[in-house]
Amino acid sequence: MPVSPPGPRKSAWSARFWAGFVACGIVLVLVVPILNLWVPPNSVVAVPDYLVPLLGKYLCYGLLALSLDLIWGYAGILSLGHGAFFALGGYCMGMYLMRQIGTRGVYGNPLLPDFMVFLNWKELPWFWWGFDHFAWAAAMVMLVPGLLALVFGWLAFRSRVTGVYLSIITQAMTYALLLAFFRNDMGFGGNNGMTDYKDILGWDVHQPSTRLGLYVASVVALGLGYLLCRFIISSKLGRVLLALRDAESRVRFLGYSVTNAKLFVFTVSAVLAGIAGALYVPQVGIINPSEFSPGNSIEIAIWVSVGGRGTLSGAIVGAVLVNLAKTWLTGVAPETWLFFLGALFVLTTLVFPRGIVGLLRQARWTRARATAGVPAGEQA
Amino acid sequence: MPLTHHRWRDGPPSPALRERVLSGAERVRVGVVGLAAILLFLLAAAPPAHADDFTTLVSALGADSFSEKEQAVIALGKLGDGRAILVLTALKDGRLLKAPDGRILIARGAKTIDPLSGTELSDVAADALDRIRVNNRLRGALEGALGELTLFSVDPAARYAAAQDALRHPSPGQAALLEKAIAAEKQPDIRAAMEQSLSAARLLSGSREEQLAALRTLGTTTDPQIKNLLDQFRAAPDTDPELRKAAETALSSIENRLWLVGLAANLFHGISLGSVLLLAAIGLAITFGVMGVINMAHGEMIMLGAYAAYVCQQLFREFLPASWIDGYLVAAIPVAFLFAGAVGVALERSVIRFLYGRPLETLLATWGVSLILQQMVRSIFGSPNREVSNPSWMTGGFDPIGGFTVTWNRVGIIIFCLAVLGALALILNRTSFGLHMRAVTQNRPMASVMGIRTARVDALTFGLGSGIAGMAGVALSQIGNVSPNLGTIYIVDSFLVVVFGGVGNLLGTFVGALSLGIVNKFLEPVAGAILGKIVVLVAIILFIQRRPRGLFALKGRTVEAEA
Repeated sequence: MPVSPPGPRKSAWSARFWAGFVACGIVLVLVVPILNLWVPPNSVVAVPDYLVPLLGKYLCYGLLALSLDLIWGYAGILSLGHGAFFALGGYCMGMYLMRQIGTRGVYGNPLLPDFMVFLNWKELPWFWWGFDHFAWAAAMVMLVPGLLALVFGWLAFRSRVTGVYLSIITQAMTYALLLAFFRNDMGFGGNNGMTDYKDILGWDVHQPSTRLGLYVASVVALGLGYLLCRFIISSKLGRVLLALRDAESRVRFLGYSVTNAKLFVFTVSAVLAGIAGALYVPQVGIINPSEFSPGNSIEIAIWVSVGGRGTLSGAIVGAVLVNLAKTWLTGVAPETWLFFLGALFVLTTLVFPRGIVGLLRQARWTRARATAGVPAGEQA
Repeated sequence: MPLTHHRWRDGPPSPALRERVLSGAERVRVGVVGLAAILLFLLAAAPPAHADDFTTLVSALGADSFSEKEQAVIALGKLGDGRAILVLTALKDGRLLKAPDGRILIARGAKTIDPLSGTELSDVAADALDRIRVNNRLRGALEGALGELTLFSVDPAARYAAAQDALRHPSPGQAALLEKAIAAEKQPDIRAAMEQSLSAARLLSGSREEQLAALRTLGTTTDPQIKNLLDQFRAAPDTDPELRKAAETALSSIENRLWLVGLAANLFHGISLGSVLLLAAIGLAITFGVMGVINMAHGEMIMLGAYAAYVCQQLFREFLPASWIDGYLVAAIPVAFLFAGAVGVALERSVIRFLYGRPLETLLATWGVSLILQQMVRSIFGSPNREVSNPSWMTGGFDPIGGFTVTWNRVGIIIFCLAVLGALALILNRTSFGLHMRAVTQNRPMASVMGIRTARVDALTFGLGSGIAGMAGVALSQIGNVSPNLGTIYIVDSFLVVVFGGVGNLLGTFVGALSLGIVNKFLEPVAGAILGKIVVLVAIILFIQRRPRGLFALKGRTVEAEA
């Protein structure tokens, strides 16, 4: 259940917000590298090298959760296709990284990636052209998911496919992409996907310093994504989105273009998911079609739910917490992970629909109201 | 739903049909028990005309020189007498013995048997017997003779296989043997196969008239082997123009037939896939239609049903006499229905009823339930696939027009699916529970005002939908393996069926499932299995843009309220 603050709306860009945002940014950008580089490795607070890409991965998931929260929490669109946008961004980055391998592959072919040599391809397919340039790959990271979302969203929102119907057809889209990327003759590495990367922008992806750089890039991307989402929801468009989430027909009758508003925010969200995927791939070192599996996309929704739907920071918190739990549990007792995840789905929807951040905010408002002398029961 | 499984008992397939497509297990049994049967058969039905030849040839096997033995072997092969199989097999295995008085005997374990009469002989001293030797050349002759003789085997499956084999490798010398075999053959389908092989042999070696007649016969078949043979025949440079023309006519007629067979096969497989989808989707259509609830755990209800069938099978194997094992399926259907239904009611009471009016949250919560159920089954039964075998009356199949096999388990599922659909239509339209259900679907507050306990209707509806999913699981266990992620394979497809057909509408689900199944199977040969599926998915996504409420949409006020 999304949270809307009671009482008069405060400015989204108060000094207090900036203070908190900058503080979080400093902690993430400075503390981790310092603890990694300058604290002796045997110290308690030291961040070992293997942890850096893991933290970077969580931040990518955070950005992905943020992108889903933007459309689900604020516009009421539960997309089960965000895993697909994420994977598409990841594949674009993977293609760039594959081209960077050059002649260092197993077959030493200067033009073709190993899997194409293995499958007896003779020349680079047209959709691989340009991926040896980072700028082209970076543009594609945003354009491919963005265009797919634009076309798909235009078709869906124009004919007023809403609610669970939209969820189901986005899931069908994800499933179709999953099947497509599993095919060897698609030219994306089939079910093995793409891996064995060597370097990115000239730096070795296995070097700790490169990984630290990727981590910092993830922090920056997450911060910028957060600011963008906050800008959108605090704008007039954001108010329209909230309104159409709660009463779509009424907004339509009031003369707003529901289709365009949804389409815009859906596309932005898909682009954010694509960027998250692009940052994710060099840090985990592989992209394969299982990223498209429908289960992954549904899991994103539970990150958002746990953190608090309709609270941007909640999405990030939820993504990080759930994935921390996943890393820990799959290491300690792998067979309990699905029980835990399943219980999380049931409990957050049944018992804690507001999520962690939502509950904290509610508690704060209740306290504020109590001190102002308003009975707590009056707020809905 | 006790009505349904009467249809399953619709008598076992006729013996003639079953005999021809024997399963592997049955073949082994034939091998073991068969020898005794052969002896009986021979005593009763051995053609006396050949008796003298047979006796002389068998005693010739005891000759000293290998070349004499070889001639006898070849002659025995040409003789077309089923008894020769026993003798030649024994010779090949080194079990053919020669008594001092010149009699030839077959050793079986400690016993010795007279190959002529098939009776056991007790008057021979074991140590006086000599083993008849074979060399490699003789072994080659034995293989050839045995191959020809299988045309006369008592085992119909072996005869059929031999006829097929003769078709695959037609040789001019086979014609005479095949003619003999056809004359002796009683079963029409095997005789037809032999006649095809005979035509193929005559095409290679016969006179011009025989070749023309053979071409006419071969034109009525659908076998790709024959097509290759005719292609070669036509392409041969020295073929007579008239024969070539006849070959072309035969070829085009075969191609027409093959096209028809392909059409029929696609249609059948499409209907079969459609009925599987329908079974998987009916339950979903009910819960989605009546309650507006997206049950992502529906696939797991199917999976639970399949495991119920597995457990029933194991229990029958463990505790009941072996002859009862075929009945496990009949028991599994109500068990799966009740078990999955009970899980469904529990799920509704414990989770879903708190989430009415929040369809997206229901989707997430039921997804969580599906993860838990999957992991639970994995913990109990382990991740590897479990095998649920078809009962004997569902194994095998028949070939209606030549070229593709209609398997009984697929036919069973189609019939079962129709029975479930019919029973469900009866429940919806003829019982008070169905009336209540329809009332709640159409107008929940009004139904409640009229005294219908909507909460109870919800729980029972959910139980019914889940129970049907459980029965779908039993059906799926008959065509594939049972694994913890069985449900996830079908969940996306069944949602698409429901959305395509229109929500809350049995007719829509029926049409949706069948058309998806058939379209899928017709696309497969053109585009490949995966690409075909992708095309269907994209087509449905586009279709939903045109008709967001599906093929058979509900009309009226309820429609907007649902969204």
